[in-house]
Amino acid sequence: MNGPLRRLAVVVALLLGSLLLSTSWVQFVDAAGVSAGQGNVREVYREFGRERGPIVVAGQPVAESVEVDGAYRYLRQYPQGPLYAHTTGYYSIVYGTSAMERAYNDVLAGTADSLFYSRIGQVLTGQDPSGGSVQLTLDPEVQQVAAEALGEQRGAVVALEPATGRVLAMVSSPSYDPDRLSSHDLGDVRQAWQELNEAESRPLENRAIAGRLYPPGSVFKIVTASAALESGQYTPETQLPGPAELDLPQTTTTLPNYGRVPCGPDDLTTLADALRTSCNPAFGQIGIDLGAGAIRDQAAAFGILEQLEIPLTATPAVVPGDLNAPQSAQAAIGQFDVRVSPLHVAMVSAGIANDGVVMRPQLVRTVRGPDLQVVDEPQPEAIGAAVSPETAQQLTDMMVQVVEAGTGTSAQIAGVVVAGKTGTAQTGNDTDPHAWFTSFAPADDPQVAVAVVVENGGDLGSETSGGRVAAPIARAVMEAVLAP
Amino acid sequence: MTTIVTAFSPGTRRGFELLLIVAAVVVSCAAYALVGLGVDGTLPVRLLAIGGGLLGLGVALHLVVRFAAPYADPVIVPIALLVNGLGLVMIHRLDLADGTSLAVRQLGAAAISIVVAGIVLVVLRDHRRLRARTYTAMVVGLVLLLLPLVPGLGRQVNGARIWIDLGVTTFQPAELGKIAIIVFFAGYLVVARDTLSLVGPKVLGLRLPRARDLGPILVAWLASVGVLVFERDLGTSLLFFGIFVAMLYVATERVSWIVIGLGLFVAGCAVAYQLFGHVQNRVRVWLDPFDPELIDAPGGSYQVVQGLYGMADGGLLGTGLGRGSPDIVPFAESDFIFAALGEELGLAGLFAILVLYGILVQRGLRTAIGVRDGFGKLLAAGLAFSIALQVFVVAGGVTGVIPLTGLTMPFLAYGGSSLLGSWIVVALLLRVSDLARRPDLPPARPGAALAPASPQDENPTQVVRLP
Repeated sequence: MNGPLRRLAVVVALLLGSLLLSTSWVQFVDAAGVSAGQGNVREVYREFGRERGPIVVAGQPVAESVEVDGAYRYLRQYPQGPLYAHTTGYYSIVYGTSAMERAYNDVLAGTADSLFYSRIGQVLTGQDPSGGSVQLTLDPEVQQVAAEALGEQRGAVVALEPATGRVLAMVSSPSYDPDRLSSHDLGDVRQAWQELNEAESRPLENRAIAGRLYPPGSVFKIVTASAALESGQYTPETQLPGPAELDLPQTTTTLPNYGRVPCGPDDLTTLADALRTSCNPAFGQIGIDLGAGAIRDQAAAFGILEQLEIPLTATPAVVPGDLNAPQSAQAAIGQFDVRVSPLHVAMVSAGIANDGVVMRPQLVRTVRGPDLQVVDEPQPEAIGAAVSPETAQQLTDMMVQVVEAGTGTSAQIAGVVVAGKTGTAQTGNDTDPHAWFTSFAPADDPQVAVAVVVENGGDLGSETSGGRVAAPIARAVMEAVLAP
Repeated sequence: MTTIVTAFSPGTRRGFELLLIVAAVVVSCAAYALVGLGVDGTLPVRLLAIGGGLLGLGVALHLVVRFAAPYADPVIVPIALLVNGLGLVMIHRLDLADGTSLAVRQLGAAAISIVVAGIVLVVLRDHRRLRARTYTAMVVGLVLLLLPLVPGLGRQVNGARIWIDLGVTTFQPAELGKIAIIVFFAGYLVVARDTLSLVGPKVLGLRLPRARDLGPILVAWLASVGVLVFERDLGTSLLFFGIFVAMLYVATERVSWIVIGLGLFVAGCAVAYQLFGHVQNRVRVWLDPFDPELIDAPGGSYQVVQGLYGMADGGLLGTGLGRGSPDIVPFAESDFIFAALGEELGLAGLFAILVLYGILVQRGLRTAIGVRDGFGKLLAAGLAFSIALQVFVVAGGVTGVIPLTGLTMPFLAYGGSSLLGSWIVVALLLRVSDLARRPDLPPARPGAALAPASPQDENPTQVVRLP
């Protein structure tokens, strides 16, 4: 029987050999292919089992990982909840990440290449990577004031530091609670997700930079005024037609002034007065004379036509450049197909405030490794000179007049010279207009540039105007920045 | 004539066995400590208690062997102890993840199993006594195999009806039935081998058995198919039939039995596949476990796929003990402990474990070659092959070589019945190897029921091959 026994030993060797092959296949040869299969939660467990770094505003975490019991060792929490939701984003087991959680995921997770040196110790000792932290440029007081001033109204506020491009406040309303989406109770996460996505108010959208863009209305007149001054054909004193209605060439329609009143005596006005009173016919005439192409070029010079990563992705503005005369007239007053976000409007104001130089908007102040060493510190960077310093000064003076004696008087701050511009953007025949206001202050040494939009008139509805609804919000934000 | 010719004696090598036992306990304790360090960075509080317990069990069995089977193979006990210890470590690791306390129960089961193994060694002083109980073994084996089908006693767990409910605990009687059946096969085949191997027509170079000699293999086949159909367990069915065919081949030296056996098994499986939805389901899961429709389906591939993910995650060197997520896989402590070890110990760890099994089986087959009586040969071969086949069926199911079945990894998986069966297999192998390695014929003990087998008695030269 020994012959068959030896052959049986060969069979056993074959059986065990096949196991060596199959385990090698699963664990080595095709390990990557196997891991890529559907429903592999190990990657998720590994990620959620790591201590993720915090997102910090002025030394206080607005997103942090807390160790908890359960399958996922760390729970992502947002101590300020909705206030910073659109900046931090959420960190969901089911729906992934968004906003800063996504943009700086590798830093927060501790896997970024830039963290390699600060992680060497952890690598050598076999510790799980712990994440780096991201310090934001946001000012918690300004953010708080902006959110409170906007209140329940739908809209957004962006405040920039003109000299650096740092974002001091970014509020989008309504907001949402990122804690709920980042919960470990997956049923509740799904429910919250469904509610948020079905909500007619679209709370997940960051209206400040990436929502559906808005028609800017009259705040766009500062872009048109910039184009006019930069063309060399205009000065603030240039006489312009200011009738109650401007006849548009090639059509039977007219471009009416607000309230259908003339902008000045003898149906004439100056460029400076046209901006102060937000005279539609005068700017319509500039649009016809300059052409839409020049206005589009000016918008591009302000940097608002490119897709910005601040590092959250900001939707580029839409400013058509190939329009006929009547369309150009409408585009010149921020109607027709012109669409912008509050960030774009704030960038225009900030550019004028910064002697014509637009700085690249930036939300990140510093990035630190797990050992708190600074690994990255984005430096202020100029997008380019949108207008000359002289033009910037002329625009500043004109915008100061808007607040001193024009449509934007409710943005006045005692003891501070404020430059601003209102906007009341038509949205259609059945809906109330959007109220806009943009401003910067102090006019001679700008510390802050603000843009505010309140959708569909906000609390005032059809009675709305940029001056009545949006300007007080901008004033509150500016006061918060300028407060000693 | 005073010169006594002494055969070469390898010695008892009991000291070597003790050394290996200590090594096995040290490795197990190191793994246990790593689990603690990996999970929460501290040494487990019960390290010394567990290590001491394992060492105590190993040394106790060693002492029994030293007394009752002094020439037994010195490698068998240490390997069984090491694999048992690694299984305990992984069960403990899964306990930490799941908040259960199965490892304590498993340690208790190991203690009972090792004590029973010692008792078997002490009580059964000569394996040839079992030969007189051939048909008792058959009855016991069949009863144990079919016990789960008894209404009220049998329990269906995860689709397979291979459990019985003993009130305080559940038990897989097939684990013990397997041993009884191997004893029966050995006893039956050692008598019937001449008839089975010598007569019959020769077709295409294969000597086919006579029709009437087909009876026993048909009975075994029917029993296997019955297990597959009624207990819904492909693994047990494959195990029994595979052991039978292997032992039949060893006894008769005729390849035709293997051809017939495999043909019958394939035919049985084909019929079962046509008739039974659960078999089709298993095959579908086996062929394409990553099919999205199957992953979350009831009875689908979720478990297999999660096991594969775990193993793939482990890679070459594993995540490290306590640092993976083997608890994601359902039944990781029993059916999928192979995948759990693969995740945390990596390919390297699984190779080591498979090599341990390989050495254990090789030692068993070597015992079969070394022992002189035909019954002992068949018994040792059947027991050793049962370990190999069981490892193949389980690990092959987990890694996708064959469809997944409900068998357990010997010594490794959670489950008292499996552990008890495996340790009895070890005791029997030790018993046979003691005789196989004994330098001289054992002195006839007064009262021994069987005359000691002389080499000539079982020598194949008795077989006369007819042309």
